[in-house]
Amino acid sequence: MKTFAMKTAAAFAVGAALALSAGAPGAAQAATPKKGGILKYVVPAEPPSFDGHRETSFALIHPIAPFYSLLIRVDPSVPYKSGNFVCDLCTEMPKPTDGGKTYTFKIRRGVQFSDGTELTAHDVVATYQKIIFPPQGVASARKAFYVMVDSVTAPDPYTVVFKLKYPSGAFIPALANPYNFIYSKAKLDQDMHWYEANIMGSGPFIFDGREAGAVIRGKRNPNYFHKGKPYLDGFEAIFAKKQSLRVQAIRGDRAAIEFRGFPPKSRDDLVKALGKDITVQESNWNCVLIVTPNHKKKPFDDVRVRRALTLAIDRWGGSKYLSKIAIVKAVGGVAFPGHPLAANKAELQKLAGYWPDLKKSRAEARRLLKEAGVPNLKFELHNRGVDQPYKIVGTWLIDQWKQVGMTVTQRVQPTGPFYATLRKKKDFDVSLDFNCQAVVNPLLDVAKFISDDKTGNNYGNYQDRELDKMFDAMNQEPDPKKQRAIMRKFEKRALDEQVNAMITLWWYRIIPYRSYVKGWYISPSHYLNQQLEPIWLDK
Amino acid sequence: MYQYVLKRLLLLFPTLLGAAVLVFFLMRLIPGDVCELRMAGTGAYFDKEALKICQDELGLNRPILVQFWEFIRGYATFNFGDSMYTGRPIVEEIVLRFQLSLQVAIMATITAILIAIPLGTISAIKQNTWIDYGVRAFSIAGIAMPSFWLGILIILGLLITTKSWFGAAWMPPIQYRPLWEDPVYNLTMLIWPAVATGYRYSAVATRMTRSAMLEVLREDYVRTARAKGLLEKIIIRRHALKNSLLPVVTVIGIEFAFLMGGLVVTEQVFNLNGLGKLFVESVTNFDYNMTQALVMLVVAVFVLTNFVVDVLYGWLDPRIHYR
Repeated sequence: MKTFAMKTAAAFAVGAALALSAGAPGAAQAATPKKGGILKYVVPAEPPSFDGHRETSFALIHPIAPFYSLLIRVDPSVPYKSGNFVCDLCTEMPKPTDGGKTYTFKIRRGVQFSDGTELTAHDVVATYQKIIFPPQGVASARKAFYVMVDSVTAPDPYTVVFKLKYPSGAFIPALANPYNFIYSKAKLDQDMHWYEANIMGSGPFIFDGREAGAVIRGKRNPNYFHKGKPYLDGFEAIFAKKQSLRVQAIRGDRAAIEFRGFPPKSRDDLVKALGKDITVQESNWNCVLIVTPNHKKKPFDDVRVRRALTLAIDRWGGSKYLSKIAIVKAVGGVAFPGHPLAANKAELQKLAGYWPDLKKSRAEARRLLKEAGVPNLKFELHNRGVDQPYKIVGTWLIDQWKQVGMTVTQRVQPTGPFYATLRKKKDFDVSLDFNCQAVVNPLLDVAKFISDDKTGNNYGNYQDRELDKMFDAMNQEPDPKKQRAIMRKFEKRALDEQVNAMITLWWYRIIPYRSYVKGWYISPSHYLNQQLEPIWLDK
Repeated sequence: MYQYVLKRLLLLFPTLLGAAVLVFFLMRLIPGDVCELRMAGTGAYFDKEALKICQDELGLNRPILVQFWEFIRGYATFNFGDSMYTGRPIVEEIVLRFQLSLQVAIMATITAILIAIPLGTISAIKQNTWIDYGVRAFSIAGIAMPSFWLGILIILGLLITTKSWFGAAWMPPIQYRPLWEDPVYNLTMLIWPAVATGYRYSAVATRMTRSAMLEVLREDYVRTARAKGLLEKIIIRRHALKNSLLPVVTVIGIEFAFLMGGLVVTEQVFNLNGLGKLFVESVTNFDYNMTQALVMLVVAVFVLTNFVVDVLYGWLDPRIHYR
């Protein structure tokens, strides 16, 4: 037993060292990229349609993003750095004019769609018109990200102008959203739904076929505008629903990588089995599970009860132990940990539920419950039927609440009924909910906490006009220092004073992959950096 | 005989209609719909307008009886509609999966027959000997062991043994290629799930063969044959085995039909893009059209398999007549 443990530890140490060396910026670039080969990777689900503007699933991004280019994107050479945006189709990142209300993008010349037609500013405008101002009967999943946009125009074939209603620090990150595939105006004019069932872009790869439920194939785009790329001859995105199979597929080299993320145990198994043939990259993940009390249900309409719920949770300890078995790790507030707008440790420790003294925190929780007349509070935690990390975090929370005398049962539902309960029935006591974003953009990401009549994704059934005001002020404030100051007040109110909802632990992304895959760097989101053009195979 | 065949075929229609009514209304009892599920992607912003557009597009906002009428009318005119999840024609989505599931079902059935009939027969002939005990233990293990678990063991076993023997871990392919395109690749992929499911299948059939054989071996006509001095081999092959196959054929028929849509977990273990996996995905995705089509397909397969089994009865036992 001891020998086995030592072997496992040794194997993991090797893997971690490999991860550090290969994952570090610039390490993989040290070698000269080789051309050729087919990258095979596994994707846990099949995309519903091919239209990125309509869908919200990562299952669309992983197999479809390589076919498209974007106006701007997160820098694929350093995707782990927040706020590092570079041009994809534009020639230079613009400086805003008109007091921060106008952004003028110059578009590359000579870019072609895969049907040979030229991509111009008119295609970019048609794309963003569809995303921001969709015509009647056309669904756009993220149009709320662009509330600050007044108009999008093309004064000439190579210039796109975005005019904003007010200066907003959230605009550029929203523009870099990986779902904003640039479509052909001609195709959209022909049929606004054309891209739901068809693929035609100007990205590094050209669509090479789909087998229903099995695979989507892409081949190298010989006319790709980033000269010399992509390095791969093509890719195969293989759909494999079961996580154990995806892990074994990498182990048996039927696939080289899975871009979403595995739990720590799978990483350790792969490292142990494959040694130097596996590389691991890890990162904090821009996703978080949120404890959402139903403010319309007693006693959760009482702030003392909500405060007791958060005070009972040992986030610092949970981070240490849960991260060994689940895809969660970082302790954070409302903004993605590490982002300039996020709270640092000292700031966090002033918030309820983050105090360094756990005993004091739990004593206060018991006192509040007693004061609220529910010293032995019993309730049901509503949860989603997904193991990682929902059920694990849910079970951990139940134990945390038990420490202050609460009795909690867990009701787990599959995704469909889970959302029906949150959105329609609204009869839960306390639910786990999640917020998972692509580009790290805390100014917009915290919309989850504003009043339910102002946002479409707050399921706590409450209105908090103070938070709404702060949200608007933050989004219209050009000065980052002032933005940060408002964010602290917002956080204090949302998580401490009102405890409208509770942040658990931020997710942790672990990507073990075959060591012959080079040129790919982990990002804080499984939606980002998926065009695959910097990837090459060292075989 | 012809009258019987016609009657059985005509019975297919009310059976299908009953299944249609059940599946249509049962599916709609589950809270949520495909559009809500689509908007669950990031847990982030949820656009109510986009939801309504999606529901309007798919006709989910229409009265339920109108939806039911459209469904029945579509089937009556062989228009099976589109998948609500992918937007693709149902027929296109099912065809590839159907051929894979059919091949696995046939391979598993062959595996089961090859194991079950000889083992069941030997076990009966050698009743209460160590051979009999061995066969019974083997078949009980097959019934007790879920085929998906056996599948996982097979994959892990292959990974570990190939790594230790050849230095590189090997596992079966996870992408399907049809038999006529690349037979070696195809069989390399499908032999393992066929073995995993065929073993469980054979365990049931082995026990059935054994007990039927024991019963037949005690019949008067077998005693008469032995009294006549016929060789034991001839008695078994010509007189006992054929007559003992009636219940075995029934079991094989039912299991075959089950395999066509019931290999839900095993298909996922081996990443087989078959009907069982599609079934689960269509239910979890609230793809009503796809689920309805699959239920109708499986009902049709069950009815037709039962029909074939009934016809086989007549061949196995000449005393059976169809009216």
